[in-house]
Amino acid sequence: MPEWLRLALVIAGKDVRAELRSRTAILSAVVFAALVLVVFNFARDPTALAAVDLAPSVLWVTFALAAMLALNRAFTIEQENAALDGLLLAPVPREALFAGKLLANLAFVGTVEAVTLPLFVLFFNVDLGAALPGIIGVTALATIGFVTVGTIFSAMAVRTRFAELMLPVLLLPFMVPPLIGAVQVTARLLAGRPLSEMMGWLRLLALYDLVFVILCSLVFTAVVDE
Amino acid sequence: MPSSDGRRLLEATGLRRAYGRRQVLRDIDLTVAAGEAVAVAGPNGAGKTTLLRVLAGLARPDRGEVRLEGQPLRRDAPEIRRAVGLVSHQTLLYDDLTLHENLTFAARLYGLPTPAAAARSALDEAGLGARADESPRRLSRGLAQRAAIARALLHRPRVLLLDEPFTALDAAASERLRDELRARREQGLGIVLVTHQLGEAWAVATRIAVIVEGRWACDETLAGSLEGFLPRYQELIGA
Amino acid sequence: MTASEGAESLVRRGTVITAAALLGVAGVYVLAWGYTPIEARQGVAQKIFYLHVPSAWSALLAFSLVGIVSALYLWLNDPRLDRFAAASAEVGLAFSAVMLTTGPIWAKPIWGTWWTWDARLTLTLFLFFLFIGYLALRAALQDPGERARFSAVIGILGLLLVPFIHLSVYLFRTLHPQPVVLKPSRPSLPPEMLRTLLISGAVFLLLYIGLVTIRYGLALAEEAGEHGDAA
Repeated sequence: MPEWLRLALVIAGKDVRAELRSRTAILSAVVFAALVLVVFNFARDPTALAAVDLAPSVLWVTFALAAMLALNRAFTIEQENAALDGLLLAPVPREALFAGKLLANLAFVGTVEAVTLPLFVLFFNVDLGAALPGIIGVTALATIGFVTVGTIFSAMAVRTRFAELMLPVLLLPFMVPPLIGAVQVTARLLAGRPLSEMMGWLRLLALYDLVFVILCSLVFTAVVDE
Repeated sequence: MPSSDGRRLLEATGLRRAYGRRQVLRDIDLTVAAGEAVAVAGPNGAGKTTLLRVLAGLARPDRGEVRLEGQPLRRDAPEIRRAVGLVSHQTLLYDDLTLHENLTFAARLYGLPTPAAAARSALDEAGLGARADESPRRLSRGLAQRAAIARALLHRPRVLLLDEPFTALDAAASERLRDELRARREQGLGIVLVTHQLGEAWAVATRIAVIVEGRWACDETLAGSLEGFLPRYQELIGA
Repeated sequence: MTASEGAESLVRRGTVITAAALLGVAGVYVLAWGYTPIEARQGVAQKIFYLHVPSAWSALLAFSLVGIVSALYLWLNDPRLDRFAAASAEVGLAFSAVMLTTGPIWAKPIWGTWWTWDARLTLTLFLFFLFIGYLALRAALQDPGERARFSAVIGILGLLLVPFIHLSVYLFRTLHPQPVVLKPSRPSLPPEMLRTLLISGAVFLLLYIGLVTIRYGLALAEEAGEHGDAA
């Protein structure tokens, strides 16, 4: 295994272990997601629009907001006791450090999504059926996109006084392309449309992921190194 | 710059570093050989902590270079960082992990072959074996310091950098620290110890260097007594 | 020349350029009223397009420069580049704000709606939010080195976001056909319109240069004042 990958997995493993101990980010994000779903349910007129029309938007807005709660965790734990210095002192290439944090964040956000999706199916009575594998696929694709940018922005936001406010302000414009793509593909999957109708969006999502994973790994050193 | 015979573990030349418009380090040179312990003293705000961070590779100098065992410390060559260990004001430990997990993690970061075993023996050596499964937040300042030092020495660095390590330690802990540093120094470790209390410096160091407003005011082998040096020190720092 | 004298001279020069540009804007106004023909379908209200379109161009230019200069900063580490990027961001914010207010004023009489999600308005809205994020982050960071590095990262990432916004809007619109909207930036404009548009573009570019020069000079003066002129 290449050394950078080993280091990234070691770092991600440490974050996951620490989070499992304290459970702060995941629990608050999951509870938040459940609450958002409940609010959405009461905020609509059930006679006006079928649940399935709103479903993709509701699902993705919920994912996006819950993800933002989970994202700040990765760097707040490095702030206690200046633990980040420990990572920077070690022979860890900064790209590997970014990859580790990204993997940990993907694990957290992925878990929140995995718990939210069944809740969503339950509350909104949506039949996923054959669309499920596709929905998992597009969720992975879109999540990678906004968690990548979210990881690097949370590293910056955590250095300001209002980290919880700064992260959404910085991140939301960047979440829009993955969100649009995810909602469009999810809607088509739920409507049973053929794959050809989604290819444009899927390509957009994949390209976004590729560009931003590479770019964020490269500029990450500017964020952590003085 | 006088230094004892021995391999040059750390060589810093022409270090300059500014924060915004404030010039913190002005043309600092420093050499540390095996078995040398340099005490860096000076008034607050003189640049001591910045110097340490630059030597550790945590801050990039605007100009000048740091070499560890002859290799330049550069962002694109992370392996060289192995040569250095840092004990700073903070412990660099994760409160959500046990001491053993913390040190095992550090061992993995440095690619040590048997991380868990190395962590266990480092903790035993530091007298923390019994508390290995506790969180760092449960430790007193003295014990937390020991854990931080164990972590810093885990990967067997050639140079150890310490930032005011004696702060808030009780007498017993201070003595233990002094003994440990002296012992390691005699085994060939190079030490740079930042302090603003000369008493500590005298117990451990072989050299004293005083930094004032980002420049060396003196850098010489330790000779004579602390009382003898004090008046000169007061003069150097412009008290 | 000390730093603060240099700053003052920049502010003076910038003011002259801006004044000239503002005269130019007045000139464009005159041209728009008298010289250009009245557009058949949209009537007189269409004429705001001579201000609306170049503001959007200037906002995009300002943003692109923030991105490019940010990349240069990370490479060269020159604080002047950071100062320029910050000045460009503020001026860009102003231009996008102008565009976002003139847009609806134009849209209402023509399309009967205050807002449309057409490509230009949408992009400018995003630029507006990106500028705000950039400036908010700067305001929240005290250490100048950290502020410069972090701003540079956002600048670069933001610049790369723009093509994706464009792509998303394009994909969105081809799959959701909007009511046919008159797109005045067709090349088949009568010559008076095209000429006025180009003149307006040049005037707004001049305005951008003037305003950035002033803002840069002010930033320089602020720094010189805070720390004294000695480096």
